[in-house]
Amino acid sequence: MPTAVETVLDTPLTIGGRTFQSRLLVGTGKYPDMDTMTRAIEASGAEVVTVAVRRVNLDRSKETSVLHFLDPRHFFLLANTAGCYTAADAIRYARLAREAGFNDFVKLEVIGDEETLMPDVQGLLEAAKVLVQEGFKVLAYTNEDLVTALRLEDAGCAAVMPLASPIGSGLGLLNPLSVRTIKRRLHVPVIVDAGVGTASDACVTMEQGVDGILMNTAIAAAQDPVAMAHAMRLATIAGRAAYLAGRMPRREIAVPSSPNRGMLD
Amino acid sequence: MKQLVDVVVNGERKRIAQGATLLEVLTELELDPRAVVVEHNRRIVRRPGLGDVTVAAGDAIELVHFVGGG
Repeated sequence: MPTAVETVLDTPLTIGGRTFQSRLLVGTGKYPDMDTMTRAIEASGAEVVTVAVRRVNLDRSKETSVLHFLDPRHFFLLANTAGCYTAADAIRYARLAREAGFNDFVKLEVIGDEETLMPDVQGLLEAAKVLVQEGFKVLAYTNEDLVTALRLEDAGCAAVMPLASPIGSGLGLLNPLSVRTIKRRLHVPVIVDAGVGTASDACVTMEQGVDGILMNTAIAAAQDPVAMAHAMRLATIAGRAAYLAGRMPRREIAVPSSPNRGMLD
Repeated sequence: MKQLVDVVVNGERKRIAQGATLLEVLTELELDPRAVVVEHNRRIVRRPGLGDVTVAAGDAIELVHFVGGG
């Protein structure tokens, strides 16, 4: 299918030296079944897919590895440290993930509050510094705070990932100004991670000029995840294209589109 | 018959032959060493070294892999 971006001059998304054509990154959690997951990810056009590090089920009858359903040669696996509440835990999970042998990228999460899943920015910075030192390409999940984003960049993060709204909330982009400010001030890619609920949220988010968007629940928890993945793909492309096109200025008065001259007496 | 010792694998108590290597533990559990990452007493043991590290009573072993997640 032809895409709008083909008529717009855009550069690919480059994170930590790796280049991707798709600006939509997707998660692999919470799907009703693995077949729906693989079809949805295919429909999303995403190249980067996130995965979590968990214990192997010792009961071999229950195969749970996501790699049985996703070919790691076709997707770039981005391991997360979801579920970690301390810098030490996040570092431990990141090291285990890297040992799986796919790449040295990590989506770093250090969660500070169970109810809101808001990041613990102090722990995040601490873990980011250690992991960058160890050669990781750190993509840091953070809030919309500019100063934290700047410090994460200073710490050597490969990308900074402010949230649109709380993880799994589907509330959309609550703070466009902050996200725009972060994008304007940072040099590393800014990927909005978490909170989008439907295609218009993805579109509005990309219209802010951010480099990409990462989502999981909005696709996985849709009535039809495959159809929603398709919608998200189009919305991400549309939002990016609109950003590059440059929107018209907002005005609070009407300006007619048709000429005033030439009206009949 | 080798003596069995108690170790904890992924939080579960398991009886393992004394002096078994981590590679043997994986074989015993029918796990493909290429599909798991092994942590032994909080230290990651890389795949080539799995046959060199032996387990002792009370050891904690974590076997992890990738699952679906955001």
